Amino acid sequence: MDIEKIIDGLHPLERKVLAALRTELDFDRLAKKSKLKDVELARALVWMEGKGIVKLQEQSSTFIEPAENGKRYLAEGLPERRLLKALEREHTLPQLQHATQLTDDEISVSIGILKKKQAITVRKDAELKIARTATGNEYMRKKFIEETFLKELPLKLAGLSAEQAFAYEELKKRKAIVTTVTIKKQEITVTELGKRLLVKDVKQQQEYLETLTPEMLKTGSWKNKRFRTFDIAAPVPRIYPGKRHFTNQAVEYARRIWLDLGFSEMHGRLLHTSFWNFDALFTAQDHPVRDMQDTFFIKDPEKGKLPDKELVKRTKTVHENGWTTGSTGWRYAWREEESKKNVLRTHTTVLSARTIAALKESDLPAKFFAIGKCFRNETLDWSHLFEFDQVEGIVVDPDANFKHLIGYLKNFFLKMGYKAVRVRPAYFPYTEMSAEVDVLHPVHNKWIELAGSGIFRPEVVKPLLGKDVPVIAWGLGFPRTIAEYYKITDIRDLYRNDLRQLREMKLWMK
Amino acid sequence: MPSVKLNKDVFEKLVGKKLPLEKLKDRISYLGTDLEKIEGNEIHVEVFPNRPDMLSEQGFARAFSAFIGQKPGLRNYSAKKAGHKLIVEKSLPKEWPFAFACVIKGLTFTDERIREVIQLQEKLGVTLLRRRKKGGIGLYPLEKISFPIKFKGMDPDAIKFQPLEYPDVITGREILSLHPTGREYAHIVEGWDRLPVFVDNKGIIMSMPPIINSHTVGKIDETTQNIFLEITGNDFFTLQTALSVMATSLADMGGIIYSIDCVQQDGKALEMPNLAPREMRLDLAYCNKLLGLNLKQQDAKKLLERMGYGFHNGNKENNGNCGKVLVPAYRYDILHQIDLVEDIAIAYGYENFTAEIPSISTIGNEDAFYRFRERIATLLTGLGYMEAATYHLGSHDINRKMQHEVEMIELAGSKSQDYSFLRAWLLPNMLKVLSENTDNAYPQDIFEMGIVFRKNTAEETNVEETWKLAVALSHGKANYTHIKQVLETIASHLELRPELEELEHSSFIPGRGASISVKGKKVGFMGEVQPVVLGNWNLEMPAVCLEINLNILYMLFLES
Repeated sequence: MDIEKIIDGLHPLERKVLAALRTELDFDRLAKKSKLKDVELARALVWMEGKGIVKLQEQSSTFIEPAENGKRYLAEGLPERRLLKALEREHTLPQLQHATQLTDDEISVSIGILKKKQAITVRKDAELKIARTATGNEYMRKKFIEETFLKELPLKLAGLSAEQAFAYEELKKRKAIVTTVTIKKQEITVTELGKRLLVKDVKQQQEYLETLTPEMLKTGSWKNKRFRTFDIAAPVPRIYPGKRHFTNQAVEYARRIWLDLGFSEMHGRLLHTSFWNFDALFTAQDHPVRDMQDTFFIKDPEKGKLPDKELVKRTKTVHENGWTTGSTGWRYAWREEESKKNVLRTHTTVLSARTIAALKESDLPAKFFAIGKCFRNETLDWSHLFEFDQVEGIVVDPDANFKHLIGYLKNFFLKMGYKAVRVRPAYFPYTEMSAEVDVLHPVHNKWIELAGSGIFRPEVVKPLLGKDVPVIAWGLGFPRTIAEYYKITDIRDLYRNDLRQLREMKLWMK
Repeated sequence: MPSVKLNKDVFEKLVGKKLPLEKLKDRISYLGTDLEKIEGNEIHVEVFPNRPDMLSEQGFARAFSAFIGQKPGLRNYSAKKAGHKLIVEKSLPKEWPFAFACVIKGLTFTDERIREVIQLQEKLGVTLLRRRKKGGIGLYPLEKISFPIKFKGMDPDAIKFQPLEYPDVITGREILSLHPTGREYAHIVEGWDRLPVFVDNKGIIMSMPPIINSHTVGKIDETTQNIFLEITGNDFFTLQTALSVMATSLADMGGIIYSIDCVQQDGKALEMPNLAPREMRLDLAYCNKLLGLNLKQQDAKKLLERMGYGFHNGNKENNGNCGKVLVPAYRYDILHQIDLVEDIAIAYGYENFTAEIPSISTIGNEDAFYRFRERIATLLTGLGYMEAATYHLGSHDINRKMQHEVEMIELAGSKSQDYSFLRAWLLPNMLKVLSENTDNAYPQDIFEMGIVFRKNTAEETNVEETWKLAVALSHGKANYTHIKQVLETIASHLELRPELEELEHSSFIPGRGASISVKGKKVGFMGEVQPVVLGNWNLEMPAVCLEINLNILYMLFLES
């Protein structure tokens, strides 16, 4: 890189560091010399490393330091020295104790050491008697190596001489005389590029313009001056946008598809009577989906109100004997009370039932969709949610047929990013034909089950609309598609509301 | 959906053809069952609840071999007369009025066979008979009982027999508390004065339906060849079908069916099983229109035979467009000719239908209230707010944490304690989100739009659902000013003027809470959260928040 360009791009802090680097390489001294705060220096050094001016290496070194007792002995002298000094003449132990003021422990350790150094003799009379030897007398004129060592501290553990190492080993065995500390330090080396810079005459900041201010623009003071160039690739702190929740981005996208295809949006409550959620959809009152095991009922208010009598009567009759649909019905006694039970909607199909009930023949053909929350009595775990978005669509068209169903599904899933769609036979109480919808996974190239679909049974449509008209219908659980797009493997992560996840989550872009 | 394990060897032998594995898998799923896996000699399938006749190797193979064209057409089953009688007495509890039975002779029971029969009996019990609530099935070695057999109601303490796999003779009442199966199904007969029992001509108690059989006369083993098969319960048509399913499966195991006169409470003798196919009219024009096909009579015949039906061409009325379909007695799911149409579609092959989009012109309309909410969300995200999405269900404990009691609607039987109430307001959820993000960078600015629930007898469900907007922000210097700024931004962009009134709200610092009205209508409230409340949520940062009723706000917006 052009060295002049580098100079142009130097930040005022870097300039200061560069000036100090001529004489200093140690972090603390650099800080002192450049008059920078530690953080400023550290930041400037990182930038300079990025530019290849210096190389930074974290260096950790272990130092030996005097510990608590060591510090005291530095002032008072080592106990063995004090003991040796006191032996101007032969002493008994009590006498020694009195003379030196050392603890029992210190005395016995010191005796051991001095004996080892052959500086004293211990004689057993009536009592123990201790006396200095000739070697001991010599030691009165020279230092023990431990004493020398202690005075030299702190020392780098890695660079000890043989003598120092011996003294260290000896002192280490004793109580709290020496200790080690590990210090991390940044080792700074100037690179070849850095060395070339050091010999240049790098100006301080006044030569360069730093921040462009309104003042400068007003006065024109920026003219004929140079702006410091920036390291455009230097890291910057992150900022976070406000965003729609990623599941709602997906919902929004799917809504757009249906609107584009000419569908009108259905909306409605989350809580319905069983009449709408089940009975209107020809789901027999003893069907397992109506068990508390699978569905959320309400404790209080347990029940709601039924719609107009005529519709209730038709529904009851269609369940019991098929009404005028030509069906046998489910052949049981339909109960109004069961039908009043409030239930958190188990599918958005409840909205389709209500929509059909409100249609007039002159409204046909008509197409509707809804995307909304549905509920199942599940325990939350990695693969189960008790509430989830469902995508629902119906086409009410006297001329609709099974091929159209496949057509609409193909179109939708194509826009959702699935190139191939197939249908397989399935069973739902309110559709006939019933079809499971598989899509071809674009990456794994495998068929995955994504939706249920079919044509509403006459027993569903005729009581609601007054006429048997084919209604093609489908419903798909959305979580799976969303989770897959965002590579979520634990389904609970869809609604974790972890701000970090939300802030960093990519946009829904299909 | 019941999942069934089928023995592949038995299955293939019954089908009469061995298909390559891939083909087998493909055909099974296009017949209309969920194939889970084929593992060694086991085929694991989930049979849809509308096809109880496919819950056994025999039934499944019967449907499959017709479907692949190996043995198409109506399968004829007939019964000889056994010359025996079953008498259903009036002493039965009113909840359990019906009993049907027949005899099957000439069976060979191996371990494997016994497993097959028990699986079918159990799966029918779980699905078609709704965990025995509609009915129960029993089998007995024929030689251990004597006719005529009576089905009657008895005092639970007077019933005494040794139930299956139990060491002692105990009473009917004791069975319900001591026997594991008794305990499992006791809830069905709860509150009945008398319990139903089968008693043979010698006075031996054979069983106590739908709970359990007698160990001495009601246990099938490898020496059994002839059996007495009964079904009892409360749903006439279901019971009749279940008996057909059992009897035809046993016949496909090599048994010969003998019918029994079952004299019901009204004195009528019904000869069971009723294996005669039902007739149903099929309008070919209706079928073609729904499928978008142009099938002729002979095509329909061929396709129907692939699904095990019989078919007779109609006479010349309706241009010869109608035919007569013979529906096997074991089919439970044929309520309407639409069900025949579906089976024709399955036989035709779902994979052979081409996708078509009709050219009908409709204009798409989005929900205007959704659009309104979406615009407000856009505004808030523009202000840097992150949208949260929390559950509609929560715990009642939030009232304590908020220091503010709001009536919450309780769910019946939620599987988790933490999610057993419907949310009544949104702010607690906002604080919950903040409390779960204390490790993440501040400032934290969040919002959510969602439905909350309160009791209201004026509503269809007696519950009012309201769309709310909640906004919360939290950082070291968050205060009332910041949330008022948000309110004013929203209001001014809707050209609405909010009026504020001091609000005493135990979640907010006194003197720092406001109630918000527009044109004299209350639309929401906002304030600085009480330190105690913050503490309840383990928050160490100040937070201010806002909750607005979007339904009212939208109404006011439309008015202005």
